[in-house]
Formats: sequence, structure tokens, C-alpha cells
Amino acid sequence: MEFFEDWPGYFQVLWNWSDRLLDGLWVTIQLSIYGGLLAFVIAVALGLMAGSPSLWLRAPARVLIEVFRGISLVVLLFWLMYILPLLWMYNPGLPFRGIVESTFLLGVFALGLNYGAYGAEAVRASLTTVPKGQWEATTALSMSWPHKIRRVIFPQAWALMIPSLTNLWVHLLKGSAIAYVIPLVSDFTAQLNQLRRPTDIWFSHAFIGLVIYFLLALVITVFMQALEARAKHKLGRGPSLREILSPAPKAVIPETSPAGQPQQKSTAGGER
Amino acid sequence: MPTPTEAAGTQPSPAASSSADTPVIEFVDVEKRFGDNVVLKDLNFQVARGERVTLIGPSGSGKTTILRLVMTLEELSGGYIYIDGQPLTHEQRGGKRVPVSKKQQKALRTRIGMVFQQFNLFPNMTVLENITEAPIHVLGQTKAQAVQKAHSLLEQVGLPDKADAHPTSLSGGQQQRVAIARALAMDPEILLLDEVTSALDPEVVGDVLNILREVADTTNVTMLIVTHEMGFARDVSHKVMMFDGGRVVEEGHPEQIFTNPSHERTKKFLGAVLGH
Repeated sequence: MEFFEDWPGYFQVLWNWSDRLLDGLWVTIQLSIYGGLLAFVIAVALGLMAGSPSLWLRAPARVLIEVFRGISLVVLLFWLMYILPLLWMYNPGLPFRGIVESTFLLGVFALGLNYGAYGAEAVRASLTTVPKGQWEATTALSMSWPHKIRRVIFPQAWALMIPSLTNLWVHLLKGSAIAYVIPLVSDFTAQLNQLRRPTDIWFSHAFIGLVIYFLLALVITVFMQALEARAKHKLGRGPSLREILSPAPKAVIPETSPAGQPQQKSTAGGER
Repeated sequence: MPTPTEAAGTQPSPAASSSADTPVIEFVDVEKRFGDNVVLKDLNFQVARGERVTLIGPSGSGKTTILRLVMTLEELSGGYIYIDGQPLTHEQRGGKRVPVSKKQQKALRTRIGMVFQQFNLFPNMTVLENITEAPIHVLGQTKAQAVQKAHSLLEQVGLPDKADAHPTSLSGGQQQRVAIARALAMDPEILLLDEVTSALDPEVVGDVLNILREVADTTNVTMLIVTHEMGFARDVSHKVMMFDGGRVVEEGHPEQIFTNPSHERTKKFLGAVLGH
């Protein structure tokens, strides 16, 4: 295997570069988490607005969703990076100067706006899949719109929207690689581009990049699956997280523990 | 039919304060269309305070639509509905039919409770939370108050030990009994029962009906009932209205309607349901 002949040396390079790669990895993780949180907030806000009975909320939400969904991430970044700061350049008195001066924050905004607009559709769609009878019961109990959404509709829609949000979050993670074009922000992909020079693209991108991004996506997926299981359990469907995670079936425990020691068991439970 | 002519031209004054004589529910020239399909046309009737009225008739005759209109689950296409003499959805002002304020509609709606065919309990809450949610957050009761009331209602519907259960762990009959408790927890003046036993196993229908009989016996709540349980209708109601094609074909005391219906359509319908 001629192809892999240089790889022992590449791993040595990798070891030497590990600090820079970890820095890049940390930036990617931060972009994904902050971008994901912002996207979630925007998705819920726009999704609820788009699903509300009031035209005054629905119309602006639709416009925002279509605009930010339609703009490509690179173009959006370009605008935030180079056009938006002009406002502050010509009007030095404007507040929030710190935000436009931080290229990292602009990256978070670009990711949040773009994927938030996608997520808004997932939120709106999952609201409509909550059975009509549930909405009618809230009307029969005279609940206000914010009240019924918060206490009845959203908790049920939540379980339905998680798979779509998981998809979008994984997309966002991979989309965050576009941040390598942002000045002063060196995410994991930017560092991989550096690593490529002393090694080759097969080692840096096709191997290290593939493994790391895959593992990050896996973490997101597992975390979201746990959230989904929890949400479903709260609706009375499926086992609780504890039951899923416990290695042994519950019924076995009383048999293996010594008889007549319920107190010990309860203190052990308390310690945990 | 009640008030056939006065309704058409003159308006009952919406400002009239509710007195003992004011009907709790009044339909004036009510019309309901779904697209081109006219479900209710020129419907006029009144329900007095404490009166229990059962609506019978074939499917598609508009009975359920009437309940849904009172609960504001459907938009009224024409005419007026008054609750305690006050317009529920639209009023006549300056010769025009204009929608009432959301605030007024909400205030009237809290006087109305509904039990659905499919129970519609909230699966993300326990039984107790299902019952106390609206009393606490809509009526502004304290939690202690609402919980105490919920427990006594659960006692009343025969489920005192199910407070912490989740709705999905209950049988259909149990869920419907919780739904009745939930509606009663709001202290409604008007209780709408929409085919509450149609989705239940035959053997638990009796339990649910007995609970409703007891509610009828022990309270003064006005009831508007849609049911296929003719025995229940006969026991509980003061008045039975036979619907067909969106119109009232015949109405009267249950004894008279069930034993000696005057209209041919009623005879045919009752013959079919009662299996004569």
C-alpha cells in the first residue's frame, strides 16, 4: 500500500499540530452551539409567528423566513461581514458596535439566521400536526393563545419537531465549515487547510476531517435522540430516559439486592 | 318553534342585563355554511337557565355544529348567538352585523364548558394538571383551591386515585370521566356534551352516563346534549329537539317525542335508532 507509506510521518505532524487543530475544533464547536441556539430561538419565534392566527404576526414572519432561507450562507456572511459594518462606519454613534466588530459573532448570526429560517418551517409544521382536538380543548377551556401554546401545544409539537431540528443542527455543524472564509476566525476546517500543507489532502480532509465532523454530528444526533425520548415519555409514549439508559432491566434489581434492606436502597438512591 | 317571528325583524337588545327570564342560550336566524354546503339555515331557538336540551337527528343534520358554534369552535356564517342575553360572536350595531370584541367573547366563553367525543385530554399533563390548568391560569384560582376542587371532582367521577396518572395510561371511559371533571372544574353555566359516549366501549357507557345523570340531578347547569343514547336523553333532558337538514323538525318534552312523535321524520328516525 504505497498510498499509506507517508502516514506514520503524517501522524507525527498531526501530533505537532494538535494544539492548533484543537483550537479550530473548539471554534467549530462554539459556532455550532451558539449558532444552533440562536437558530433555535429564531426558529421558535418565527415558527410561532408564522402559525399564529394574526396576520400582523404571520406576514412579517413569512417575509423573514423566505428571505433568510433564500439567501445562501456565503452571501449572508458576505453581507454581514462587509456591508453591515458600513452602517457603523458612516454612523459612528450607533450602538452594538462590538457585535459587528467581532467576526465570530457575525458568523454565529449568519448561521443562526439561515438555519433559524429553515427551522421556523419545522416548528410551524409541527404545530399543525398537533391534533385538532387538542386545540379545541384549549378553546373550550378559554385558554389564551400564549397560554395554550406554552402549556399544551408546544410541549406536544416539541416531540414532533425534534427529528427535523436534529437534521438542521447537523447541517449547521457542517455549514459552520464555511466560516473558514471569515477573517480572524479559524475554525476546524481552516486548520485542516493548514494541516494539508505538510501532509496531503487525503490525510487532512478525507481522513481527519471526515472522522472529526462525523463524531461531532454523532454527538448532536445522540443528544437529540435523548431529548426526543424524554419528550415522548412526557407525552406518555415510550420509556423514560432512565429506563433506556439503565444497563440492567429494572425487575432484576430487587432480586439481586439483599432482602429486608429497603432503607439502604433508598439512601443509595439519594446519594446518586 | 319558539320565537319564530320576533327574531327575524327586531333584535333583542344586547344591552339587556341578564335576568332570570333571559334565555341562557339564544339562536337568532343562525346560518352556518361550509363552503357551498348549508348546514344550518334560519335557526331560532332558546334554552332557559338550568334547562337540559337534547338534540337528536341523523348524522349531518347539524347537531354537533350547533354545539361547536356555541363553543366558538366554528365561525358563524350568519345570524346571532346570545349567551345570557349578550352577543357571543356578532352584534347588530347601526343596522350592521359587526363582530364583538375578543374580550367580550372570552368573558362569555368562560361560562361555557364542553366535553368531546374523543376526550381530548392533554397528554403532556397528569390527570390533576389537566383539571387544574384552566382554573388556575384562566380563572385565577389559587393552586390550593383548584387542587382541592379537582380532588373532589375526581371523587365525584369515581377516579379518586388517578390524580397523578397520565391520560394515556387510562381507559377510554376513565379518560372521558376526567374530561367531564375538567369541564366541571371551570364551574360552567352551560355544559355542552358532544356524543360523549360514542367512542367508548359499550360496557363503560353506563358509568359515564350515570355520572352525567348525577351532575344533572345535583347542579343547575344548563346542558346542550348531542347523543345517540336515547334512554339517557329521555331521563335527563327537559326538552328534545329533532333535527334534519339543518332545521328543527320537531321539539317537545322527551316523553312526548319518544312515545308519541307527531312528525313523520321523527317517527322514522326513532324507529331506526330504537330498533322498533
